[in-house]
Amino acid sequence: MKTAGKGKNMRQRARFLLIIAVIFLAGVAAAGVLCRDAAMVTDFSRKDLAPCLKYPFGTDWLGRNMFYRTLTGLSMSILIGVCAAGVSAAMALVLGVAAATLGKKTDSVISFFIDMVMGIPHILLLVLISYAAGKGLKGVVIGVALTHWTSLARLIRGEVLQLKESEYIQIARKLGHGNFEIARKHMLPHLLPQFLVGLVLMFPHAILHESSITFLGFGLSSEQPAIGVILSESMKYLITGKWWLALFPGLMLVLTVVLFDLGGTSLRKILDPGSVHE
Amino acid sequence: MKLEGKNLTFSYDKQGQAVFRQVNLCLDNTEKAALMGPSGFGKTTLCKVLAGYVKPQEGEVLLDGKPLPEKGYCPVQMVWQHPERAVNPRLKLGDTLADGRNVPDRIIRALGIEEDWKTRYPQELSGGELQRFCIARALGEGTRFLIADEISTMLDPITQSQIWTFLLEEVKRRQIGLLVVSHSEPLLEQIGARRIYFGGESKPSCKK
Repeated sequence: MKTAGKGKNMRQRARFLLIIAVIFLAGVAAAGVLCRDAAMVTDFSRKDLAPCLKYPFGTDWLGRNMFYRTLTGLSMSILIGVCAAGVSAAMALVLGVAAATLGKKTDSVISFFIDMVMGIPHILLLVLISYAAGKGLKGVVIGVALTHWTSLARLIRGEVLQLKESEYIQIARKLGHGNFEIARKHMLPHLLPQFLVGLVLMFPHAILHESSITFLGFGLSSEQPAIGVILSESMKYLITGKWWLALFPGLMLVLTVVLFDLGGTSLRKILDPGSVHE
Repeated sequence: MKLEGKNLTFSYDKQGQAVFRQVNLCLDNTEKAALMGPSGFGKTTLCKVLAGYVKPQEGEVLLDGKPLPEKGYCPVQMVWQHPERAVNPRLKLGDTLADGRNVPDRIIRALGIEEDWKTRYPQELSGGELQRFCIARALGEGTRFLIADEISTMLDPITQSQIWTFLLEEVKRRQIGLLVVSHSEPLLEQIGARRIYFGGESKPSCKK
């Protein structure tokens, strides 16, 4: 059929986008780790160079290669994002399932915490937690992990509550299947896509928030080549016409976030059986 | 075997009005009965109570004098009115069918379930095709009573007749007690079921 053929393209396109996004992000993460030392090298003979073939992103006031610095900063952001989002998503899964299955009291307590964390502005809570946890890498990861679980937890709680009441699960129970069997066979296929997509869509948030608290000076320390540090330092030099210091790192950050978002959306399309024929 | 409902009273809202009060009925496993009553009088709710999906506020459902088992395979199985809600949209139908306990191949074939339907997702099949899966799933080897809650209302006459011809043969062969809910007078005549009138103040009774 015509429509079926067209639909396959959508799925193939989604798969293609997902693979591109994964390759690019993994590549950046790996490249950044490899050129970490090169990013630290200062050389005053080449300071303040505009972008050219040898230094595609230019160099800064200490003669550091901005291309390497950007890659390293991005790779740190990606790794922190993956780490923090992973912890956060795991918390969301446990708390969401617990709220839905362990009775009314647990539900009220967890729902209260969800509302509380959601009620406080994200960035404020992040600054507070990461400051209290001693800034630096640890502070940022803890801060991001503790603030990003709420919406996914609420989503999973709702999904489990709805599944528990669904006719096919009641029927499975009457057919003599135990709780564990029902959770594995009937609930997991609903929860896993939600969880995976939620996890992937959490990465861009984690990365942006990591960059913003670092930019504000509550995150990674200033000798680290993090995107937030690069952006906040280059602010001072923008006025003197060194536009490349902020433009390229900023663009790369946006590109990374967009790719994560694209990857997450493609993943959702692939995992949804409702779109098998689209 | 005997399925009995004694003094069943049920309300969804504890303070609110009861859906039905003091309902008594009983059904033998060699018998076919039809539950009749106007819409919105709690026929489906009574079915759910009898199949053990919900607990009545008062009264009890007894199977040979004993309450229905809380865990394990329930000998009273119910086929729901909306097949598209009774199957997991994220499972292939073969897996859904495998939920039933030891459903004989004979039943699957007799219901006209085709092999390649089992590899499809529910949204790829029609309501009638899904309903066949739901019926097969409920006819596992431990089933003693089958409650059919408007199972053929949404089907075309040919499919209806196919399904009912099979079901009547099957319940006769295996001595499964059948409780039918339907608004279709010709269908009930064909089935030849004992009528249980139900609704409002009238009380269905145990008399044959």
